[in-house]
Amino acid sequence: MSDIAARVKKIVIEHLGVEADKVIESANFIDDLGADSLDTVELVMAFEEEFSVEIPDDAAETIRTVGDAISFLEKKAA
Amino acid sequence: MFDLTGKTALVTGATGGIGGAVARALHAQGATVAVSGTRKEVLDAFAAELGSRVHVIPANLADKDSVEALVPAAEAAMGSLDILVNNAGVTRDGLFMRMKDEDWDLVLRVNLEAAFRLARAAVKGMMKRRSGRIISITSVVGTTGNPGQGNYAASKAGLVGMSKSLAAEVASRGITVNCIAPGFIATAMTDVLNDKQREGILGNVPAGRLGTPEEIAAAAVYLASEEASYVTGQTLHVNGGMAMI
Repeated sequence: MSDIAARVKKIVIEHLGVEADKVIESANFIDDLGADSLDTVELVMAFEEEFSVEIPDDAAETIRTVGDAISFLEKKAA
Repeated sequence: MFDLTGKTALVTGATGGIGGAVARALHAQGATVAVSGTRKEVLDAFAAELGSRVHVIPANLADKDSVEALVPAAEAAMGSLDILVNNAGVTRDGLFMRMKDEDWDLVLRVNLEAAFRLARAAVKGMMKRRSGRIISITSVVGTTGNPGQGNYAASKAGLVGMSKSLAAEVASRGITVNCIAPGFIATAMTDVLNDKQREGILGNVPAGRLGTPEEIAAAAVYLASEEASYVTGQTLHVNGGMAMI
């Protein structure tokens, strides 16, 4: 697992209070991990803080799964 | 009841009558307070009077950069921000037909836009801590309207709508967002009224007197407290019965 993937998963586990084995790349924040719309905004803000990047609203809307977040942030870091 | 020991609060417009009383009351309940305003020497004197658990953070709420710096400065000084009191307000009264753009702009910028920016900044930390209080001081005229105060009434009504919307968004996170709407309170803002105006106002106040800043501060202490956890999106009218809403 890449460093970015590990950091993303850690944030998701801590923020949503879910079991680590549920936080797989295909897991949808809302449907699979029980997040509400406010949680998704908070996750985006947590990613912004952790990775020192800005995630515009239109990009944030495309981040629906753990994998979406990882690939978005990996692209940003590249 | 209403113990605020260990809580941190930022009060804008703390150089004014109501803001000063609110800061004093929160402090008396045990909170650490950051007092803000434009007049540093007045804030310094106020802080000296309160003694410990007080921070002075001057800011000009008509200036966007100054507004944006305020919450981070308060959080840096106190470690967190549990209670935001948007109290600062200005008036530029004038009949609507003759109201100048700059008088409209200034009142909306200080009374409403600054409150938006401060609440937006403060709510982030509150979300993380799953607790917080945002209290905005509005006015009875935001509900009733008042000749000569089209700008001021608009700004105060705007705060109510803003607060209700934010309250709905963050209620599930232990954050409450409320307003206190004072009626006519004895402060510098009402000192400018002449005797005839004062008489006219008191004729409409069943209590038969102006309110005191301490009576507004008591409402703020309540809304800031744990005991008011289930009160959100509300406006608490403190006006001696002049408008029963």
